[in-house]
Amino acid sequence: MSDNLQSRSADDASFAQPLYTPIKRRSFFMYAGATAGASALVLAGCSKDSDSTPSLPAGNSNTSNGAISLGSGDVGVLNYAYALEQLEADFYSKVVTNGAAVLSATELAYFQQVAKHEAIHRDFFKAAITRDAGTQVLRGLTPKYDADTFQTRAKILTVAQTFEDLGVAAYNGAGKLIKTAAYLVIAGQIVSVEARHAAYIRDLVSYGSFADDLQVNSSGLDKAMAPAEVLAAAQNFITEKLDGSYVGVNN
Amino acid sequence: MNFFKIIDQLSEVDPDVLDRFDSRRSVFSSLGSMAKRTALAATPLFLGTMFQKAYAGTTSTPVEVLNYALTLELLEADFYRQFQASGTITASTPAVAAIAQIKKHEDAHVALLTTTIRQLGGTPVAGTATTGVRFNPAVFSSSFPATYANYLAVAQALEDAGVRAYKGRAGELLGTDLLTVALQIHSVEARHAAHIRTMRSQTPWVSNTDDLATVPLTAPVYASGLPSGATAPTSITAGGATYGIPAYSTTSPSPVESNVVQSGVNLTTGLASQYTAADAAASFDEYLQAAEILASSRAGGLALLS
Repeated sequence: MSDNLQSRSADDASFAQPLYTPIKRRSFFMYAGATAGASALVLAGCSKDSDSTPSLPAGNSNTSNGAISLGSGDVGVLNYAYALEQLEADFYSKVVTNGAAVLSATELAYFQQVAKHEAIHRDFFKAAITRDAGTQVLRGLTPKYDADTFQTRAKILTVAQTFEDLGVAAYNGAGKLIKTAAYLVIAGQIVSVEARHAAYIRDLVSYGSFADDLQVNSSGLDKAMAPAEVLAAAQNFITEKLDGSYVGVNN
Repeated sequence: MNFFKIIDQLSEVDPDVLDRFDSRRSVFSSLGSMAKRTALAATPLFLGTMFQKAYAGTTSTPVEVLNYALTLELLEADFYRQFQASGTITASTPAVAAIAQIKKHEDAHVALLTTTIRQLGGTPVAGTATTGVRFNPAVFSSSFPATYANYLAVAQALEDAGVRAYKGRAGELLGTDLLTVALQIHSVEARHAAHIRTMRSQTPWVSNTDDLATVPLTAPVYASGLPSGATAPTSITAGGATYGIPAYSTTSPSPVESNVVQSGVNLTTGLASQYTAADAAASFDEYLQAAEILASSRAGGLALLS
């Protein structure tokens, strides 16, 4: 069985090479989708696994160097998304509260909607991760910003654009780490909304820059960033130290 | 419950157990006697539809998924070519650069997908201004004239549909580098959609009060399902290539864009705070299945395929 899968992967060009890890028998089920639901069930149990699998950090656990682990596998990816949505939701709630003096009425109305979208994303991830992985749901984080962030329209827009483009790149880079098809669909449903936010904010900064050549390359591709790179950028805005080393890692 | 230990234990008593895990539903009946019932009771609510979706996607090849994407990109690229040639975009306005930037991306997507399909040994769908996959100029007529406003309306419909289309096939590329490429195209289409919507004075995000959701030509993009009486094809011949598409699932229909339930969670009432239906609908975009996208009520009606 694993031989069939590996020969299929050998036939594909590098673009379509499916897997970096050798197909273990248990992993076959994840890729065949048969345990798409079961993987959600075992999310709570995987980290406390005993003799036959290596120990991976639980989501929301404290690491030995004072960081919070996002966890492993799909839990890690969900907590990773949840962390970013927490940051965005907090930022926009502050924009709405503090930005009326420097934003136009239309802009404020649109940011109120964006704030709702991010709050819904945040609350959704908290609910879904709690349901599917119980104690591994990431704790509430404490965002931090430069003192002048909400004092000018320019600064608000700069930070907003940073967050949205980063969020798009994060989801684009995390997609292939997801093993459960249903979670991938959810991520896909959210990233396009973040891209819409990004385009809108870019057009406020400079109308027409919704998908400029600094963001979209000559193949027409948006950015995709790995968790480590995203977290390094996001860490500037989060008080707690996050450890995403095992996001999407299953063994 | 350790699912993997259970597989190990099962295989010790039944070497053929892995072959029995063919029907997704039988997975749970096989496990029933060994799994803790409480763990199964905690099954996420979306499991049923998730199995159906996973099952529907497993027989496609990467080339088929890419040719589907390429069909839509050819349609968009040719549409924007026609839009530019129509003379309806006022010179020296921001619209000139915006449409040019979007078309540049669609052309790049066509080139990338075409090259990738060839690298994979497949035959790419093709299209020129007069042959193969292209935008059907007959979409415009005396009842829907080729005005700037109508071109923009079709542009919005195409972009919003494209976003839904990529979402609908992502699962078939699970875990692959190809998936990353699809996601990187998909978010660019979402940026396009947002800007076109802004040009039309709409919200950049899909709203449950979208004006195009009530225009007959474009309403299907924001809804779901096939036209009345239509049967869903399982393969498409377009632009000199034939490729299969997943079987359309009537029992697991695609959500409409005004949907507020995600993964079994009602976003208006089931979260830590209450949210409006408008905000809930806008916060998540929805997928469409291939048969729906290619139906005559959506891309199939906007395109000429040969």
